[in-house]
Parts: sequence; C-alpha cells; structure tokens
Amino acid sequence: MSRLPFSAVFTLAWRNLWRNHRRTTIMLAAITVGVWAMIFMTALMRGMVDDMLLNGIRSMPGEVQIHHPLYRDDPSINNSIPTPSGELLEALQIPEVVAWTSRVRVSAVIQSERDSRGIILLGVEPASEILVSFDSDSIIEGRFLKGSYDRGLVIGAKMAEHLETELGKRVVVMSQDPDNNIADRGFRVVGIYKAKLASLEETYVYAGRDTIQKLLNLDNKVSEIAITGEDYRNVDKWYPKIKQAAGDSVDTLPWYEVNAYLGSMMSMMDGFVLVWVIVIFLALSFGLVNTLVMAVFERIREIGLMQALGMRPTMILYQILLESFLLLFIGLLIGNVLAVATIIPLQSGIDISAVAKGMEMMGTSSMLYPALKINDMVLANVIVIILGLLTSILPAWRAASYDPIKALNTN
Amino acid sequence: MSITLRMAWRNLWRHKRRTWLTVGAMIFSNLILVFAISLQFGSYQMMIDNTLKAYTGHLQIQHDGYNDEPKMRSSIKGIIPLADSVRQHLNSDHIAARGVAFAMTSSKERSYGLQLIGVEPDFEVNVSSLPGLIKQGKYFSDSNAAEIVIGSVLARNLRVTIGDELTLLGSGHDGSFAAGIVIVAGIFESGTADIDRSMAQLPIGYFQDLFGMEDRGHNIVINGHDLSQVSLLQHDLQNMLRDRNELVVLEWDVLQPGLKQAIQADLASAWFMYGVLIILVAFSVLNTQLMSVLERTREFGVMMALGVKPTRLGALVMTETAVMSGLGLAIGAFFGLMLTYYLSIVGFSYPGMEEMAAQFNLPDRMYPSLSVLSIMLGPSIIFIFSLLASIYPAVRLFFLQPVIAMRAV
Repeated sequence: MSRLPFSAVFTLAWRNLWRNHRRTTIMLAAITVGVWAMIFMTALMRGMVDDMLLNGIRSMPGEVQIHHPLYRDDPSINNSIPTPSGELLEALQIPEVVAWTSRVRVSAVIQSERDSRGIILLGVEPASEILVSFDSDSIIEGRFLKGSYDRGLVIGAKMAEHLETELGKRVVVMSQDPDNNIADRGFRVVGIYKAKLASLEETYVYAGRDTIQKLLNLDNKVSEIAITGEDYRNVDKWYPKIKQAAGDSVDTLPWYEVNAYLGSMMSMMDGFVLVWVIVIFLALSFGLVNTLVMAVFERIREIGLMQALGMRPTMILYQILLESFLLLFIGLLIGNVLAVATIIPLQSGIDISAVAKGMEMMGTSSMLYPALKINDMVLANVIVIILGLLTSILPAWRAASYDPIKALNTN
Repeated sequence: MSITLRMAWRNLWRHKRRTWLTVGAMIFSNLILVFAISLQFGSYQMMIDNTLKAYTGHLQIQHDGYNDEPKMRSSIKGIIPLADSVRQHLNSDHIAARGVAFAMTSSKERSYGLQLIGVEPDFEVNVSSLPGLIKQGKYFSDSNAAEIVIGSVLARNLRVTIGDELTLLGSGHDGSFAAGIVIVAGIFESGTADIDRSMAQLPIGYFQDLFGMEDRGHNIVINGHDLSQVSLLQHDLQNMLRDRNELVVLEWDVLQPGLKQAIQADLASAWFMYGVLIILVAFSVLNTQLMSVLERTREFGVMMALGVKPTRLGALVMTETAVMSGLGLAIGAFFGLMLTYYLSIVGFSYPGMEEMAAQFNLPDRMYPSLSVLSIMLGPSIIFIFSLLASIYPAVRLFFLQPVIAMRAV
C-alpha cells in the first residue's frame, strides 16, 4: 500500500474535486473568464498592432529603406542617391526580396485655381510602386500612373476636395531643383485615390519618376530605395546583405529604425501580453489558493486517516497538486475554446469607425482584425499551468506534513 | 445593528486564512486599478493640454465649414475687430486671431512647401506655448513687420538663422499670385519634431497684405480657465455671434477629433481589462461567501429555530461581505495611494515609452495624476461588485428550512 498506482491517485483527485461541486464550478468559471480574457484581449491588441505595422510599413514604405546619409534629417532634393546599379542591383535579386522600388520624394506645393496646399511629391515607377506600397484598389476615379514617363498626376480624394479640382483638370506643382531654382509644371489629374488613413490622402501626390527627374534636373537620381520582403518580422535575416551591398556612402535602415514608434510598438506589445497574462493570473491565484486551502481544511481528518493507514505524505502532495492541475486544465480548456469561439466570428473585422480619427493617431485603420497567435495562446496556457502549480505547492505541502495523530483528532 | 456587526466581524476571523486570501485578491486588484486609473487620468490630461497648448486652443471661432474643409476663402471678415469685441465680451486676453495659408518657402539653398500662420503678436503669447519656446532671436512685436518665426528643425533644413531672408510664394485669397520676402526673427524649439519641422508664423498684418486677405482671417482661438468650462463658453460665444450666422464656435474635441477618440478607444480597452479584474474578484467573493454560508447551515438552522429572521441572517452575510470589502478597499486604496504618490513624484517610464510618448505629445516620463476620483473609483467599483456577488449566498438563506438545516452535516 506504500505505492499507489497513478490511476488510483487520479481517481481520488477527480472525485475530491467534485465533492464540493459549487466551489469547483465557481473556481472553474473564474479560471475560464480569466483565460478567455487573456487570449481574447491579446488577440485584439495583436490585431491592432499588426494592422498598425502593416499600414505603417506600407506607407513608409518598405521593410528596408536606403537613403542619402543626410536625407532623414534634411529631406531635401540635394540629398539624393543614384538608382541601384552593380553590386546593389545584384543584391536586390536575392530571393528574400519580394519587391523593391526607387522613388523621388520631395516637399512641394500643389495649386489649383482655387487653393494651394503643401504636399509630399512622389516620383514613382508605377509597376514596382504597386508591389511595395501603393494599393491599386485604392484608385476610386481614373487610373494609376502607366509608367515612369507618365505625365499625369494621381492625388488623394481629400486633396481633390481641398483643391476643388477633379479628374481631367490641371493643377500646378512647385518644388525646388538641386540649385534651388523653383521648378513648376502643370499636370493633368489622371487618378484619384482613397487611402485607409485620411492623412495619407492629404499628404502624398504621385507622378511618374522620370517626369519628376526631368522637372527637377535630377538626372538619374532618386531620394529613396524601398525594399519589401516576405514578413516584416524576419527583416533582420536579409537586410544586412543589402546593407553590405549598398555600401557606406548611403544609409540602409530596417523599418524599426526608420520609424522608431512602429519599432517600439512591436516590443511593447510583447511586454503588454506578458504583463496582462501575469496580472490576470495573480488575480486568479488568490482564488485558486483559497479553494485548495479550504479543500484541504475540510479533509484534515481524512488525510490523517489515510496517513495512519500508510499512505505516504508525497502521495498526498501529488493528490492535491493533481487536483489543482485538473482544475486548471479544465478551466484552461474551456477558456481556450471559448476564446477561439469568440474570436473566429470576429475575424472578418470589428468596425471601430466611431473612433476612427483616434485610431488614426495611433496609425491603425477603422477596422480591427483580431489576430490569434499560437505563441500567445501557448504563453498564456504555460504561465497559468506552471505558476498555478507553483502556487498550489504551499497548500499541498501543508496537507502532506500534518501529524496523523493530531489530524485524526481535529473536528 | 451593532450585534450584527460584531457577529460579522467574529465570523470573518473563524477562517482567517480564507478571509485574508479574499481580501488579498481585493487589495491586489485595487492596487492595480488605482495605479492604472491615475496613470490614465494623468496621461489624458497631459495629452490634451500639450496638444491644445501648442496650437489648437480650447475653442475656435471659424467660418462654417472651415473645420471640415479648410479653404482659404472660408474666411472671417473683419477678424481683428471681431477678436477685440470677443476680448471685451469675455474680459479676457486669452483670445487671438489667426490666418492660415500655404506657400513655397525658400532660403538661398532650400525650398519647402509650408503652412504659414498669421498671428496677432500681442495675443498669440496668451493662447499658445510656442512664442514662449523661442530659443534664438525674439518673437515679433509689430503686427505689420515682414518677419517670420520658424521651428528649429525647419531652420536647420532651410539652412537659415536669425536675420536671414526667406522668399514666400503662394496663392492669395482670390487665387492670385502672392509673393513676399520675410526676415527670420525667431526660432523656437518645442521638442516635438513634427511641430518644429512644419510650423511657421508671420504677424497677421503682414500676412493679410501678402495673401490679399484685406481684413480677413481664418480663426479666432479662445482659451478658458480650464477645460470644464468650455461648453459654457461655447454657448456664450455662439450667443454673442448670433447676428453673424456664417460663423461657428467649435470646441476642442471637434477641432481635434483624433485626440478625443484616441482617449475613448484607450478608455474602452482599459475598462475591458479592469472589468475582467473586477469580475475575478467578484468570483472570489462569491466563492468565499457561498462556502461560508454552506458550512454554517446547521448554525443558521439553530438561529432560525431560536427566532432569528432570515432577513437578519441575510443582513449578517451582507455585513460580513461589506466588512471584508471595506478592509480590501481601505488597504488597497492606501497602498495604491502610496505607490501612485511615489510615482507622481519620481515619474514612471517603460521601454518603448519614449517613442510612444512622442506620437501623442507626451513627455518621456509619465506622472500619474492623484485625485480622490482616481484613487477611489476602482476600489469603490470592486466594493460594489463584491456586495453584488454575495447577494446569492445571502438570498439562499430565505429558502432555508430550520428543521432540515439543523440536521445538515
């Protein structure tokens, strides 16, 4: 009788668990709610940050950018770089690079006969621009540029409203060339786009790259080269190759350095998930310990009797721990199922346009797509099981170290 | 009542460990709520203040439609006399008129498309923090001087310093060509790169000349004593302007809808999290009180047989909960207060906060704001939910049959 088979310990733990079914049910409900909240909230926040990063990286654009070393502090036409050639052009062919584009990006003023606005003028090569940054579905009127020699202009819907202009009308764009002569030129509006974030519509105006290079006497130079890979999380694996090929005369930066806010969001999110899971666990742990302490308290005599009959203290320890494990396990199971069941119907997006302008400040769009990550679920489950068992050790150990004689004599 | 209270107190300590564990759950949650709510209140206040102080102000008078479609021609006629009469009406100096235009701004070496703000030098100082942030040169004093004040990043990008000339090219109020030369009089440094990169101010008299505005401008900024009075001010001003129905008076949350909505979105997600904590505490209380009622079935049966009414027993259970929750509230709020007070002095920061703060016009360190509301709000809600959770165990007593109860194990 000194060694009980596992099945017997399991049966004892299982039956003990349901002796006070009310208490067990309430505790299970608490664990379920806690675990559901851990996973559900994490999925919402992950979804928000994912959207923020994807939008951010697409409008930046690219996971890696190459600039003139002075360009980031002084985004002027004078800080331009040559279009990729030689070693860099070869490096851009590596399989990790999904697409790349080079663009002229300068501050400019756009004028219609009605009004004028400050803008960022982008001289782009349309075919690769679409792969890296521009969403061709966002054109709501007219067309996107046809080639880098296209002489048309594509502006945002909001900008068209400000300027009181429309498709087919002419507008004037003014900027400076490298000798600081004001260069201006009339363009016909050939397309109007609608962006996810309204602020982009008011900022970016697209024109053909060669047209802009000619206008600004830039020869073959560009302001930036933007490169996109498969997944922004893996950028560190391939960007050093590009950096090396690009050389020291230019600045090659991954997205999280180009935009420190976006970069910090990703690590902050990981921190948030951990803190959230632990806070919820701690709130749960008081109830868990309470349940076990009471369960042991009610059974002091019984435990004394079992010990008197020869059951080893370790077996009692195992039994209480197993009870705690079963409680946690069932709670986790229901909590996980419930979380998945509530997240799946929301996969098509939650409309949060009521606070769209606020979300725009954070850099996300007005639809929230929960992102259920396997890693987050595993983290939540592992933390609850491991910390849960750790907090159960104390009551279990107390139960195992009762003196059988004293225990038998308690009421 | 005092006997109920005494019985409740003694009953609580029959199971010391259980009571302390339940109170512990409350203290933990209260601590978190006090800290988080104080931090939230503090950061919202700072977000609003910093954003409004830099430019927007508490209220603005604008031409109807200008806020949605800021067009040059949606302007206010006779803006300076109007601003004067508002100043008289409110008997306050914290009112300033402005004009807004876009122009290509060129130095010898560089050109940028910029938004230019025409301001009343004497009064802009009262509504915006920028004039006070001049690091080089000085703010203008003459409303008609051909001078400009720009941000430090812009000055660096344009490669200009105090006394240099800038050429402005744009279109005027009637769509005609507008051009002028101004001298850099001051350079300010707000610390927010976006503002320092994009903001440029001219004296409004010169601004009106340059852009052919005649006596027009685009908005009048009004700052009240504090934000809580904004709605009153809005009514007062709208009333004062009733014979100029082309004008509207807009509050800050209309002028900066993003700010209010960012706060709302943050509040919604925060309250979801607080809600979960509160529910977990409520479960804890429910469990404890239900168990403590169940194990006293015999005792309650005897008491009822002796003539104690179920109402009295129910009140006893509720009193026990109230005492327990009161302990949780007092201790939790106390430690929450200590923690928050400490952090409100030394400040608080976490990795990644600097970047986050820059996005929302916040400083690098946060200082939670301490108020009775921020301290008591969370603990009070937990107190109420604990009482709600013990209604079920208390109500069960009404269905207790004394004879059966006395035989219970």
